Amino acid sequence: MIINYYSDFIEKHRTRLGETYLKWGNFTKFAIAVIVILAFFGFYIVPLASSLKQGLDLQGGTHVVLEAVDTPEAQVDEDAVQRVVKIIEKRVNEIGLTEPIIQRQGARRIIVELPGIKEPEKAIEMLGKTALLEFQDESGTTVMTGKDLKDAKAEIGQNKATVVALEFSSEGAKLFGDLTTKNVGKRISILLDKTVLTSPVVNEPIPSGKAIITGSRNIEEAQNLAILLRSGSLPVKVQVLEMRTVGPTLGQDSKDKSVIAFGIGVGGIILFMLLFYRLSGFVANITLLLYVLMLLFALKMLNATLTLPGIAGIILSIGMAVDANVLIFERFKEEHRNGKTLRAAMDAGFSRAFATILDSNLTTLISAVVLFFLGSGPIKGFAITLGLGIVLSMFTAITVTKLMLKMLMHTNVFKNGKIFGA
Amino acid sequence: MKFDIIGKRYWFFALSALVMIPGLISIALQGFNLGIDFTGGTLLDLKFARPVTVTEVRAALQNYDLENSTIQLAVSENIESSPNVFIRTHELSDDERRNVLSGMEKSLGSFDTLRAEKVGAVIGAELTKNAIIAVVVSWALMIVYITYRFEFKFAVSGILAIVHDLIVVIGIFSLLHKEIDATFVAAILTICGYSINDTIVIFDRIRENLKSHSKTEPFAQLVNRSIWQTMTRSIYTVLTVVFATAALYFFGGETTKNFSLALLIGFCSGAYSSIFNASPIWVTWKEYEERQRIAIKTRGAK
Repeated sequence: MIINYYSDFIEKHRTRLGETYLKWGNFTKFAIAVIVILAFFGFYIVPLASSLKQGLDLQGGTHVVLEAVDTPEAQVDEDAVQRVVKIIEKRVNEIGLTEPIIQRQGARRIIVELPGIKEPEKAIEMLGKTALLEFQDESGTTVMTGKDLKDAKAEIGQNKATVVALEFSSEGAKLFGDLTTKNVGKRISILLDKTVLTSPVVNEPIPSGKAIITGSRNIEEAQNLAILLRSGSLPVKVQVLEMRTVGPTLGQDSKDKSVIAFGIGVGGIILFMLLFYRLSGFVANITLLLYVLMLLFALKMLNATLTLPGIAGIILSIGMAVDANVLIFERFKEEHRNGKTLRAAMDAGFSRAFATILDSNLTTLISAVVLFFLGSGPIKGFAITLGLGIVLSMFTAITVTKLMLKMLMHTNVFKNGKIFGA
Repeated sequence: MKFDIIGKRYWFFALSALVMIPGLISIALQGFNLGIDFTGGTLLDLKFARPVTVTEVRAALQNYDLENSTIQLAVSENIESSPNVFIRTHELSDDERRNVLSGMEKSLGSFDTLRAEKVGAVIGAELTKNAIIAVVVSWALMIVYITYRFEFKFAVSGILAIVHDLIVVIGIFSLLHKEIDATFVAAILTICGYSINDTIVIFDRIRENLKSHSKTEPFAQLVNRSIWQTMTRSIYTVLTVVFATAALYFFGGETTKNFSLALLIGFCSGAYSSIFNASPIWVTWKEYEERQRIAIKTRGAK
């Protein structure tokens, strides 16, 4: 209220002082705002959009949900799942993909995402395999396997050195005693899935069934080694609950087509706004471009993954951004018809429509938030873009549009309501 | 005076029923075409080097006792054959799937795997459960919010309009035997969000008009006025949203077809129910209450 009165006051006096200066000053401000937004959009839209992390449905890849299941020999517990995760991490890293994801979900599940994988069938086969732990002598002969090892854990040994303590089964103790007796002063190798984990030197024969491996740099390294060693000893089975592979051809096709659909959708909306609301529509379109830019930027900052449903969410949120402007402009037309001046009608349009937009958007935001918390994978992606879109579009469609329209009205260049769509 | 929507409201309710009833019958009789996301199973989306026919694919699957699988050809100029085939079977183990794929390569020639999916039955059951929880929770929160900002009767009328839209969408999907998958759930939730958004705008106008309304103006007239005051906006908004979704339907990829179709139907239904169902239900309720009050009063006067 006070601000309104104040600006009206200033305006009245300024008009008297020098209308020409005022007019063109405001117009320049408006023109600069338009040019800046258009330039940002032109320069950044493509690099920004292509720098977003793409979901497997867009770039192709394999999504696998694994579940650890009990076997007669072993029950699934926290330790077992941790071991499975370690094994899978090790195997996935060996494939050498950029940005694979390995994630725990709940007590027994593990989600693995392999973007751009060449041979998905082979990878899935490998992920589910039970780990094979082998002890070999210097000549490469396998003397004992994982079933002979009872436990392996990281410990702080004498001299505060971190060590990995091994404990063998009674059968394993005999074999290990044999192995160490024959190889004093030589190296033995412990292999997991045919790759060497560690090759300690045997200092003395160890018949007791308990051994330690020294040489770990820190406790994490020792723990990591211990987990990998244990993973070969207690075979918990891993089952593929869900597998989705999108081939690179389909991914590229979906991406291209969504971009086209997006372009046509936005283009149509822009044309529509221009036709029905003229200058006001033009301003709304400029802020719509700003909105798309801000949304992509926010997604980038949140490191969100763009998926197909995510793109659909963006399209829907654009519809809602436009709805806010339609509400404002319709209200403006109505107020203008009822006899208010252009500026007063515009002010009334914004303030009256604000309550409507707030209530209608908040109810939609409720479903976006619920989807985010209760939905999974792709649905979450949709909820993020929709929710972010609602919040950001309230800013661009209301605040920024209002600011720019005010600049324009204050130029006094456009006195005819028709040009604002009234 | 503009066209009297409220006066003719029973006609509009009847029109809604006319759209909903065939859908409901279809749901009762033939149910849904549930995808593997719900039932569990294996889906293969293959693109062969040459066009193949359903019979050929079925014959190739017979070697693995999978001849009863759902086999669909992607749309192409030729109706009989297409290089692009969708195959939906019961859940195959990883080894079985590999065998089937290599067997098909032998009998039908080389192909590119566009999509291969396997969903365990557990996952499907969880999806259904989570979807229902999501809908119920979001409705509960909406009722709380609308009751707080408006009143309880508005909340219930708004939710009834959503129920209408959902019945229309799932009814049409059942009628057309369109596949229902995980993205359909997202579409349903979006429709809930859009429908209530659209309805709230009209409720908001009713709320505003109620503040300044004279006692002599009946509810029906006030609501009619409010609906017409927001009519241009209602039409423009649904036009823009439908346009953007139609672009996704016609120009988007195969994987978003069903999703955008559900949205298209839902948005149209949502716009209809906001104008012709939600507020009219509210008026009917209000008038019923009014009559009850007068009845009690006159009884008391005797």
